[in-house]
Amino acid sequence: MYDTATAAVEAALAAGASYADARVMEIRSEAMAARNGVLESTERDERAGVGVRALIGSSWGFYAVPDVGPAAARRAGEQAAAVARASASVSGKALDLAPQAPATGSWSSDCREDPWAVTLAEKGDLLEGATRTMQQHGADIAEASHRVWDTHKWLVSSEGSRVDQHHVECGAAMSATAVGERETQRRSYPGIRGQYGTRGWELVRELDLAGNAARIAEEAHALLTAPECPSLDATDLILGSEQMALQIHESVGHAVELDRILGWEAAFAGTSWLDLAQMGSLRFGSELMNITADATLPGALGSFGYDDEGTPAHPVDIVREGTWVGVLSGRDSAALAGIPSGGAVRADGFNRIPMVRMTNVGLLPGQDSLDSMIAATDDGVLMDTNRSWSIDDKRLNFQFGCEIGWEIKGGKRGRLLRNPTYTGISPRFWGSMDMLGGPSEWTFWGTPNCGKGQPMQVGHTGHPAVPARFRGIRVGVRG
Amino acid sequence: MTGSGNGRGAAIDPNEVADRVLDMVRAKAAGAEAEVTIRTGTEALTRFAGSFIHQNVAEEKSHIALRVSLDGRTTSVSLDGQPSDDALGRLIDSALEAARVLPADPDWPGLAPVADAADAGHWDDATAEASPDERAQRVGDFVAAGTGLETAGSCVTNATYTAFANSAGQRLSGRATVAALDGIARTGTSDGSARAAAAGLAALDGRALGEHAASKARDAADATDLPPGRYEVLLEPSCVANLLQFLFVYGFNGRAVEEGRSFVQLGEAQFDPAITLRDDATHAGTVGVAFDAEGTPKRPLDLVRDGITAGILHTRRTAAKAETQSTGHAVEGATEWGALAENIVLEAGSRSPEELLASVGRGLLVTDFWYTRILDPRTQVVTGLTRNGVWLVEDGRIVRPISNLRFTQSFLEALAPGAVPGVGSDLSLVLGGFGGTFLVPSLHLASWNFTGGAQG
Repeated sequence: MYDTATAAVEAALAAGASYADARVMEIRSEAMAARNGVLESTERDERAGVGVRALIGSSWGFYAVPDVGPAAARRAGEQAAAVARASASVSGKALDLAPQAPATGSWSSDCREDPWAVTLAEKGDLLEGATRTMQQHGADIAEASHRVWDTHKWLVSSEGSRVDQHHVECGAAMSATAVGERETQRRSYPGIRGQYGTRGWELVRELDLAGNAARIAEEAHALLTAPECPSLDATDLILGSEQMALQIHESVGHAVELDRILGWEAAFAGTSWLDLAQMGSLRFGSELMNITADATLPGALGSFGYDDEGTPAHPVDIVREGTWVGVLSGRDSAALAGIPSGGAVRADGFNRIPMVRMTNVGLLPGQDSLDSMIAATDDGVLMDTNRSWSIDDKRLNFQFGCEIGWEIKGGKRGRLLRNPTYTGISPRFWGSMDMLGGPSEWTFWGTPNCGKGQPMQVGHTGHPAVPARFRGIRVGVRG
Repeated sequence: MTGSGNGRGAAIDPNEVADRVLDMVRAKAAGAEAEVTIRTGTEALTRFAGSFIHQNVAEEKSHIALRVSLDGRTTSVSLDGQPSDDALGRLIDSALEAARVLPADPDWPGLAPVADAADAGHWDDATAEASPDERAQRVGDFVAAGTGLETAGSCVTNATYTAFANSAGQRLSGRATVAALDGIARTGTSDGSARAAAAGLAALDGRALGEHAASKARDAADATDLPPGRYEVLLEPSCVANLLQFLFVYGFNGRAVEEGRSFVQLGEAQFDPAITLRDDATHAGTVGVAFDAEGTPKRPLDLVRDGITAGILHTRRTAAKAETQSTGHAVEGATEWGALAENIVLEAGSRSPEELLASVGRGLLVTDFWYTRILDPRTQVVTGLTRNGVWLVEDGRIVRPISNLRFTQSFLEALAPGAVPGVGSDLSLVLGGFGGTFLVPSLHLASWNFTGGAQG
C-alpha cells in the first residue's frame, strides 16, 4: 500500500502542490444491535481507498477515491492539486506547516482477544440475553449493541514520512427505557454511549453487561416515580466520572481545538471563547484542574502511534493547575500559533481530510473519592450518566442533563431524583471545582461519535475522568 | 448511466452492479432473500474561513449495501470500494456466513414487493459536472459581498446515482443533485448568516447571500442582554427546520409510536390549525430520490393536516408491527432509529416575513438555533441556544439586537392549538441533521421559554 500512497503524493507534487500527503486506509467494522430479546441488526462494513491532501498557497485540496490501485491514486493526487489550485481566486496568506521530522515506523494497538475470533452467535447471545434480563426487570424498551472497528492505514508524505498503523477498537452499550404516563426514563450502561477503547473483545467481557442489566432496568423504572430534581439557583453538585467525561469533552476539549480558536470552524462547529494571546495566563478553572491531551494512553479510545500527518503521539498539557497552557493542533494551525504541532490531526476515513480532533483529553485524578465528596456535602445533588448536552458555539455556556440524580443531605446519598440538569459558564464552573476523585476512580471513557467538520466526520475520542464536586451550581432548569 | 460525473474516475453502472450482486447471491444461496443498494457519484465541498478558501475537498463514491435473509436470519454488509467480482464475492460470503449462524429475527418483514417509484426529477446536469472553480466563484461572490467583514462558510455540490434491486423482483433507480451555499459574515461582536440549497447550483446567488449575511451581522452588532422569560418569537426557516426534526425523529416515527415513546395521537388536534406537515420527496422544491433503503416508493404523506395529526412514518419493520404498509422511510443503517423522514414540507402561509414581523407584539426575531438537544422525547422538551442574530421586536418593529439566549422549551407546546399566530410565505429548503431536508417557511409563535443568557 505504500506504493499506492507514494504514487498519489508524487502525482500531487507533479501537479503543482508544495506539500502533499496520502493515506491508504482499509477499515472493517461490525455492529450488532438487539432490542427486547431480538437481534435486530448485524452489519459488517468494509471501506478501502486513498485520500490525498495537497497544499497550494493558502488552501488544502483534498481528493479521495474508493480504490487502492496506483492508477486511481495518481488520479486522486492530480485532482487534489487541481482542487487546491481552484482556491486561488479566493485566497489568503500562504499556509506554512510547523516543522516536523519525517516519521517512519509502524504501530499497533494492544488487543488481547481478537474480536473477529469471537463468534457472531456468542456476540448475539450476549446482547439478546442482556435485553431479555432488562425486560424481565421492568424495561419497556431494552437495547444492547456492540461495535468493532479494525483499521489499517498507510501514510506517505512529500517530506519523507512513511507510517503504517493498525487500530482495533471495540466496545458495547446497553440501555433500559421505562415508558410512563407522561414521560420516559432511560438508564444506560456503562454510559450513554457505552464504553469503547483501542482494545479487543476483553473490554466487552470486562463490562459485564449481563451483570448490570437488572440494575439499570430497575433504576429506569424507579425514575418514573422519583421526585423531579429541584430548581435551585446555587447548590453543590457532584458529578460521576461518566458525566465528567462529557463535561471535559464539550467544555474543554472542543474549546481548545486550535482550528476553532483560529476561526476555521466559525460557520459550522463554531469558535472558542479562548484567545490565543491569553494562553499561558488565563485561568480556566480551580487549581485542582489539570487537563492533558495524551494519545499515548494504552487502551484509551483516542490513542494512536502517529497522527494522520505523521506526528508521533505525545502528551500535551492543556490546563495546568487551573491555567490554560495548551491546545489541540496540527502542523498548519500550529504554524499560525507559533507552536510545535500537538499531533492531533486525524481523518475518520480515507475519504475525509485530516483535521484537528481530540485525542485523549482528560482530567488528571486528585486525592478525594466519590464517597468522600458525598460525606463532605451537607446539601447538594449527585448526577451521573449523560442524557442531553447543549453548549453554545463559543463553548462557554452549557446546559447538560443526566439520566439519574440523588439528593445529598447531611453527607449522605438520599432519594433518587429524575430529570436532573445543570447549567453554567465554563470558567466559572471549572473554577468552582473543589474536590476531585483519586487514581482508583480514574476511568478512560471513550466517545465513538464526536461530530465535526464539513463534510461531517465522526471522531473517536478518549476522556480520562474522575468524579468531582462543584460549588454554587444552578440545577433543575425546566421547560 | 454512470456514477462518475465530471469525467472523474472509472464509470460504474449502479444498475449493472446491483444485478450482478443479486446474481451472485442467487448462485451462492438460491433460497436467500436479498436486497442491494448501489450509490455512486461525486461529493464536493469548498470551505472558506477568514474570507478565503482553506479546505477544498472532493470524493468519488462507490457504495454497495447488501441485506440478506435466510429464513429470517438477517444480516447487512456494505462495501465502499471497487465492485470487482472478488470484492463482491467476499462481501456476499461475509453476509451469508453471518446469516447462517445468527438467530432468526421474528420481526423480519420480508422484502419490498414490486412497485414503481416516481422520478422525483431533482437532477441538474450542470451541478453534477460542477468544477471546483464554479464553487469558488460562488464563494468569491459571497466573500466580496461581505464588504470588509470576515466571512466563513461552505459551498457544496453533490451528485448521486442510486440503484435498488431485490430478489422479489423490485428494481428502482434514481439520481439526484444537491447544491448548497451556507455562510456567515462577522463584525467582531456579531455574526449574520445566510444560506440556500437547491437541486441546481445556478439557483445559488453568492452575492445576494453574502449581502444578506453582512447586513444581518451589522444589524446584530453590539447586542445587549435581555432577561430570560417567555417571549413571542418569529423563527426564520432554519429554526423551524431544527424544531421539526425532533417532532419527526421522536414523534411521527413509527417505531416511537409502537413503543409508546411518541406524543402522536392520530386524529387528534395536537397542533395549531395553521400547521400542515407532510413528507413529500416529489415536491419541486426538495431534493433526493423517491424511494427508500428497502425499495419502497415514497408517496406524499400527510403527517398533520390543518392541525390534526394525520399520519405516521413507517419502514417495513414498523409497518408490520402496526399491521399497515411501509410509507418508504427506511434509511440504511438506521434500523435502531426506525422510520425517518427525508423530505419534510411545512405548508407555507400567505404572509411575508415582513408581515409576520409586523404582527409581533413583544418578542424576538431569531435567525438560527444551535446545539438543540432533547430532554424528554414524549413531551418534546428541548434545550438549545440562538445563533447568528437575535433582535427584540416591539409593536411590529425591530428595536435592538439581543445577545444569544438559551431556551428550554417543549416543541410540541410551541405548535399547540392557538400557539401559532402566523405562518410565512417564504418557503426555503434547509438541509438538516439526520440526513433530512426541510422545505419550511418562517413561523410566528405565541410563546417561547428562554431560560438563560448565553453569558450565564
